[in-house]
Amino acid sequence: MNVVVCVKQIPDPAVPGELDPQTHWLKREGKLILDDSDAYGVEMALQLATAAGGGDVTLVSMAPNGETSGLRTALAMGAANAILVSDESLKGSDALSTAKVLAAAIKRANPDLVITATEATDGYTGTVPEQVAALLGLPSITFAKKIETADGKVKVERQTEAGYDEVEAPLPAVVSVTAGVVEPRYPSFKGIMAAKSKPVDTLTVADLGLEGQVGAANARQEIISVTPAEERQAGEIIEDDGEGFQKIVAFLESKKVI
Amino acid sequence: MALSKIWVHAEFGTDKPSSITLELISKARTLADTVEAFYAGDNADAVAAELGKYGVSKLYTIDTGGNLQGVAVASAVAAQVEAGNAPDLIMFGTTYDGRDVLGRLSVALDRPVLTNASALEVEGDEVRVTEAIFGGTQLVTSAFRCEPPHLAAFRPKSFVAEAGGETTAAVEAIDAPDKGHAKVVERHVEEHSGPILDEAAIVVSGGRGLGESDKYQLIEDLAKLLKGAPGASRAIVDAGWVPYSYQVGQTGKVVKPDIYIAAGISGATQHMVGMKGSKNIIAINKDAEAPIFGIADLGIVGDVHKVLPALIEALKNR
Repeated sequence: MNVVVCVKQIPDPAVPGELDPQTHWLKREGKLILDDSDAYGVEMALQLATAAGGGDVTLVSMAPNGETSGLRTALAMGAANAILVSDESLKGSDALSTAKVLAAAIKRANPDLVITATEATDGYTGTVPEQVAALLGLPSITFAKKIETADGKVKVERQTEAGYDEVEAPLPAVVSVTAGVVEPRYPSFKGIMAAKSKPVDTLTVADLGLEGQVGAANARQEIISVTPAEERQAGEIIEDDGEGFQKIVAFLESKKVI
Repeated sequence: MALSKIWVHAEFGTDKPSSITLELISKARTLADTVEAFYAGDNADAVAAELGKYGVSKLYTIDTGGNLQGVAVASAVAAQVEAGNAPDLIMFGTTYDGRDVLGRLSVALDRPVLTNASALEVEGDEVRVTEAIFGGTQLVTSAFRCEPPHLAAFRPKSFVAEAGGETTAAVEAIDAPDKGHAKVVERHVEEHSGPILDEAAIVVSGGRGLGESDKYQLIEDLAKLLKGAPGASRAIVDAGWVPYSYQVGQTGKVVKPDIYIAAGISGATQHMVGMKGSKNIIAINKDAEAPIFGIADLGIVGDVHKVLPALIEALKNR
């Protein structure tokens, strides 16, 4: 079973984000790393391919610059190869543009299953999995906390407000996974070395036949203002001397919740 | 100038329309002459009666054929739009099903989406939505630059649910040309006592500082004593200690309780964006430099393993 995992390379979330003052786009310069959220999908794909008796795990990613360091992390975990759509014209892409690019790239890999995270950590629009599925004309199951494939079907436990639903769909299908669906492996030294020579197929927007349809060229929303939010002030901070809990009790009493 | 019509994706909570649905409708009513809703689920007549109290004049119902909502609801709504029955704006909650329908509809109508929004304004015929980014420190306002209907999803608690504009909502079944192939085989309702996370007046969240998954019980116990809901930072959701549905933050739930207690949570921006709108924040963390103390009304610099048991004991003895 061949599986595609959509992965995103993002600026280190530990470093405060910044918007370009001119375009208001999120700055994505410098080193990009594999979005933590995507490690779950990569691991899940590796395990599902193994359980199905083999098959390749292909990464599909999009980045305005040719960055690959995040992809190498996922390749080091065990993915076989990657397709990176990299093009200056992708700057300013919204979620629908992103989905159009990913869907076009995924088609080339012709997978049995597509796995994504529920949303990226940097932009977190949270609609790309469903948009990709719609563009590919595939069934989709979102917010998976458990996945199995058997008999040409994918069976998923899907997170709901009340608990979870058992949902199944015929393959090929798109499944978005929540954190905790599996425990991602750490890349081994051998994996890291092997990843250096794994194929990364770099494509442009023109290669996918999407000129003028994606990126800033097709932006149909515009940021009109960016303002600082009202700052919240810190209150009383005390060192616990063993009686700190009393402060909390008193605070709860003062707010009449106990 | 007001919009002429807004549609809202209606969802059902445990025993009535969900709070987010009522919040969206309450806001929509202030911006549009007509508010209608569309709904896939049980108890359509009861839902229509309730939504009518908030000013919804028509409830479109959609049969998903036992499948997930995304494909069926989007195809039904798209068919209406293509047939000329189109609103200016379609509002969704940032929920599991809301996001599914929104994503599918965005492709069906070839429209961009704006999500995670917390405010909505109409200026002339321009529709503007605002979202908080970078841990809630910056507010970004965007306007749509395309033909309506515009598509936007809003965080729970962005608007206040208030009955008004009372009317009788007519129920009209609309056809879904495509119902998709993702079949719901069985629904499992996980028993949990107490309020749900994003509606609770008190939320007690735990993080990595708890040290190990067994210690999350302290959070559950405290939440129960306070009749609140337990929550979690992304770190311990990622570690598999608790399910994704517990996650408070940018990629989880946004909560605005009267009291938010953060135990063993340092306050990554990812987390803060989900809880900084709380009325009162109490933080317990051993690191005095933890960012969470920067927004806490009461901060206890101490060991959660000592403070929480003592607090639980004190509350039990009252």
